[in-house]
Amino acid sequence: MLKINNLHAAVDGKAILKGLNLEVGSGEVHAIMGPNGSGKSTLAQVLAGRDTFTVTDGSVDWDGTDLLALPAEERARAGLFLAFQYPVEIPGVSNAYFLKAAVNAVRRHRGLPEYDAMDFLARVKAEMKAVGMKEEFLYRSVNEGFSGGEKKRNEVLQMALLEPRLAVLDETDSGLDIDALKIVAEGVNRLRSPERSMIVITHYQRLLDYIVPDKVHVLSQGRIVRSGGRELALELEEHGYGWIDAEGKATKTAAGARP
Amino acid sequence: MSEIDTWVARQRERAAHLPGAALPWLTRRRADAIARFADLGWPTSRLEAWRHTSLAFLEQQALAAPDSAAHPAATLAALRAAFDDGGHWLVFVDGQFAPTLSVIGTLPTGVTVSALSEAFNTAPDAVEAAFGTADDSASPYALNLALCGDGAFVRLARGTALEQLLHLVFIGATGAADSHLRNLIVADANSEASIVEHHVGGGATLGTVVTRVQAAQDARITHVKLQQQDAQAIHVAQIEAEQARGSHFASHSLSFGARLARNDIHTRFDGEGCETLFNGLYHVDGRRHVDHHTLIEHAMPLGTSREYYRGLVDGNARGVFAGRIIVAQDAQRTDAVQRCDNLLLSKLAEADARPELEIYADDVKCAHGATVGQIDEDALFYLRARGIDEVHARQLLTYAFAAEVIERIAHDALRKHARTALLARLPGGAMLEELL
Ligand SMILES: Nc1ncnc2c1ncn2[C@@H]1O[C@H](COP(=O)(O)OP(=O)(O)O)[C@@H](O)[C@H]1O
Ligand SMILES: [Mg+2]
Repeated sequence: MLKINNLHAAVDGKAILKGLNLEVGSGEVHAIMGPNGSGKSTLAQVLAGRDTFTVTDGSVDWDGTDLLALPAEERARAGLFLAFQYPVEIPGVSNAYFLKAAVNAVRRHRGLPEYDAMDFLARVKAEMKAVGMKEEFLYRSVNEGFSGGEKKRNEVLQMALLEPRLAVLDETDSGLDIDALKIVAEGVNRLRSPERSMIVITHYQRLLDYIVPDKVHVLSQGRIVRSGGRELALELEEHGYGWIDAEGKATKTAAGARP
Repeated sequence: MSEIDTWVARQRERAAHLPGAALPWLTRRRADAIARFADLGWPTSRLEAWRHTSLAFLEQQALAAPDSAAHPAATLAALRAAFDDGGHWLVFVDGQFAPTLSVIGTLPTGVTVSALSEAFNTAPDAVEAAFGTADDSASPYALNLALCGDGAFVRLARGTALEQLLHLVFIGATGAADSHLRNLIVADANSEASIVEHHVGGGATLGTVVTRVQAAQDARITHVKLQQQDAQAIHVAQIEAEQARGSHFASHSLSFGARLARNDIHTRFDGEGCETLFNGLYHVDGRRHVDHHTLIEHAMPLGTSREYYRGLVDGNARGVFAGRIIVAQDAQRTDAVQRCDNLLLSKLAEADARPELEIYADDVKCAHGATVGQIDEDALFYLRARGIDEVHARQLLTYAFAAEVIERIAHDALRKHARTALLARLPGGAMLEELL
């Protein structure tokens, strides 16, 4: 269970998250939607432990652990996974080495035996097949020269290999054609389980045709301004984000006016 | 008499007893060279090309032979163990040919590999033609000409190919305060060879090395230099290539050791359609200093040059790169790319990267770029977000940055050896062995 309470985060003194509240129960899939610049990626990065962002107030409790107190690598080992909106290219580090180092870091933490080269290859090849990645991607540098879709598949591959307890997917659907989108959605659906929570950040409702969320939240100007079921996503699709922005401002004014 | 005059007088005396002293042309060139050195003195920071790397301190400093060093045979054995494919080994200890340590396998007809000290007797005319003069040399290389008594002499007759690597091993042991070596590589038309210079040991000595390469039409010469000298050594070296039509010359310079290492690397395209690759990597830490000055002269049309340098600069160290490319008016359809990228690994580390393009032709494709930066924070976070701890992530990214240069070495065993040499220098290297 993840409980985000009154989260405030800033970058270079500029407030971005301004009192965000969110609870995600075990086994639940929550979608977060919102206009560009509303703070979706900031939330994802703060959860993953990026220290460019300063948490100025609030807390995040993750099954009784103070998530914000852990460095990024410990969060990952404890089972938090962020699928990056913009996966980073790392020239000179082979994808195979990277994946193996990541998987073994997590396995060590869980008290599981580390994979040897053979076992790892067998496992990774099976997972690659499932996300439609050719084997050659193992021997290329991490994300280097990958197309947008290939990078996103690589993220889903990592998620499958790392078997997280909490997965945050930051616009994993953007820039994908419908076939790639389906593969990503299948990857997510395959991982749905009672022990695993997921936060699926998306700009478009079309992903939610394939990943059916338990709840949908709308983020605007650093706050969750609406929460609801699937129908909220359809409403957004129909009306756009304009009304949300207006409402966000209205809420702010109202809050400001409170004694 | 000033200190330098006294020193020069002593060097004149020394030159009279060097191998080759019986050759009149050599005696004359040595005399001219020492006169030039006496005239110029050690380069100081007042000279543009030595702005960051003054050698003026050598005037004050008495050089001493190192008082302890690994036994040359042991040093050599360790090196040879990395190359199970045999190869040819020409070994020099303290600037002198060591015949008992050298192993030259069967050479194809038309290929000569010998010590310069022997070639003075066996092939004096060929040596004279390839030796060079000190007329336009910077003073350290004039000094080299005056005082070199040994080095490698390699001659490849037309159409010959040396299949295995030729290793030139220069070991600084306990016998000399300074050493001066000159390697001559004469490649006739259509010949091919890969030559590796290993510079190891060294103590606190001064070593100057000049390597001259003549690549005739369509010759293909790869030169790899792996400098791993002791952290007290002073290494000042020049590589001078001349390329005829259609020839290919690659220079790989890996500078990992020495207190001060200076490399001047120069090639000139004297015919159409030449190609060159200048590939370099340096790692300096502590208070060490490395400087690469390179010059690629596109004197003729249709030449292609690729230059990629990378530097890892740690501690209080300093890395300098100055890369000049000159495209002459006649050198139409030149294609030149130059990059130098530096990674600063500490707050006090310093790197200067200066590209300099002089283009006098109008139909050319030239690109250049230089960067000095830190580890990419986005990449660091990406690795950490996958459970890899920060220390390991930094080491991995540092290694990966440098490895791009090493990956351009085509020969498998040599590339592997270079990787191992790099990993041995980097913290956490053992953990990264898995990458190999
Ligand atoms: N590293 C940063 N430095 C400065 N501003 C940032 C940084 N990251 C995000 N921002 C700003 O914070 C706001 C929210 O950005 P982001 O979280 O990326 O939004 P979203 O993912 O919803 O499009 C934007 O105004 C953006 O410009
Ligand atoms: Mg975003």
